[in-house]
Amino acid sequence: MTVQLIAMQLFSGLALGAVLIMVALGLSIIFGMLGIVNFAHGALFMVGAYAGLYVAGLTGSFWWALLIAPVMIGLFGMLIERFLIRPLYGRSPDDPLLLTFGLGYVLVEAVRILFGTDGIPFSTPAALRGVVNLGIGFFPLYRLFVIGVVVAVLLLLWIGLEKTKFGLIVRAGSADPLIMRVLGVDISRLWLVVFGIGVGITALGGVLAAPMRNVSPEMGTLVLAEAFVVTVIGGMGSLPGAVIAGLIVGVSVSMTSLFAPEMATIVMFALMALILLVRPNGLYGRAAPGL
Amino acid sequence: MAMLEIEGLNGWYGASHVLHGVSFAVEPGEIVALVGRNGAGKTSIIRSIMGLMPRTTGAIRFDGEDISRLKAHDRYVRGLAYVPEERRIVRGLTVLENLQLGLVADRKRIDEAAAIDEIARSFPRLKERLHQEGVTMSGGEQQMLAIARAMIARPKMILLDEPSEGIMPVLVEEMGALFRRLREEGTTLLLVEQNVEWALKLADRAVIVDQGEIVYRSDAATLLADKDIQERYCAV
Repeated sequence: MTVQLIAMQLFSGLALGAVLIMVALGLSIIFGMLGIVNFAHGALFMVGAYAGLYVAGLTGSFWWALLIAPVMIGLFGMLIERFLIRPLYGRSPDDPLLLTFGLGYVLVEAVRILFGTDGIPFSTPAALRGVVNLGIGFFPLYRLFVIGVVVAVLLLLWIGLEKTKFGLIVRAGSADPLIMRVLGVDISRLWLVVFGIGVGITALGGVLAAPMRNVSPEMGTLVLAEAFVVTVIGGMGSLPGAVIAGLIVGVSVSMTSLFAPEMATIVMFALMALILLVRPNGLYGRAAPGL
Repeated sequence: MAMLEIEGLNGWYGASHVLHGVSFAVEPGEIVALVGRNGAGKTSIIRSIMGLMPRTTGAIRFDGEDISRLKAHDRYVRGLAYVPEERRIVRGLTVLENLQLGLVADRKRIDEAAAIDEIARSFPRLKERLHQEGVTMSGGEQQMLAIARAMIARPKMILLDEPSEGIMPVLVEEMGALFRRLREEGTTLLLVEQNVEWALKLADRAVIVDQGEIVYRSDAATLLADKDIQERYCAV
């Protein structure tokens, strides 16, 4: 086994982690701000991939799919928040959890009816096919592109949260919704937008993941489990936590599959158990915000 | 026309009926002290005015408009600011960012830099700490920040819940001078206080609440001189 092989596997882990980060970010934004554990998140990732497939089929362009599908599914997420989740605010935290759990199944079944049960290939755009020589070996160009998009999204999120008035409202609203209400902020409208952004980011993850695997109604199930592991390791509601944990999980899974492929899925759960033993709230964890 | 007029206000927390037909008015540019024992219903009244009680009935008119069905954020936009007892300085944000929060819903196009400068002149202690995390300051400084945040959008009226609680005497005096200045500038204040003597020295009029009902109204000076009434309704 060469150093080059290990380095390449490490890089693969980063690409895997990048997709996980997108899903975990969406989960963390929604949990950190609204206090909702969104069990429909994996299904929305899958719906994002199908929306990408649909838009790409319609326009013949992957690039349009990458732009339009996350916006479409983000708006769909806003409808879910407005009409299904909002009536449950102020009730038991189990209610939105059960609702999103059921919604996940409804979405999967709806996609099966609309697109069939078989996986559909999503071809890599021509401009992103092929490999790149990184000096340590050849690496698929598309995976590099995925890492680049995730870095760009993280940068935009950071600027949006830290450098804009909207970001200030989101940070304050997530720490103390009540004070924002008495300072003139319509907190329900803010939650609507935040939910839409969280879902849109996840849908973008779905479109990005689509060329790396078949698009199928079940593709969200494993991703949801992985994203939960990432958010739990990072600390529920923590955005930096989601990023760091996404990378840790991606690289761990990738490296384990090199040395002991049969352990690749188990390793992230073992990692989660280990981290929770040392830090029960995760790496950057904090208590859930009040509604 | 009164700045704030409350008529027949009833309030509930779940099944618990805590306010019983509360009625009183606050005229423009005056300080009214709302006093009474712990648990008498002072905070419930102030939360009802701000739209934070789960259930209320009765009329709340602010600057001539019935606001009783409006949400809390709409009441702030109309010029009603609130400084809660717990101050609620937002964790993770600097003093400057906490001040900026007071302007995020501003519709009067207030110049943010000028407004922060003005606040820094009124609160020199905050000026020195603009880039420090708000919650790391002392209790008194946090209280000043909470008041500054409520003032920054130039509201018509400020509701203050126990502003002197747990504050050093020197800061309480500073706060008193600030409230007098705000009144001179035309801001109306409703002051909920346990520190009855301090509140009555500041206020123009006083209202006593007991077991969720208004039981006494007078000039602040009259109540300040009447130790019997103070003893009956305000003694701890």
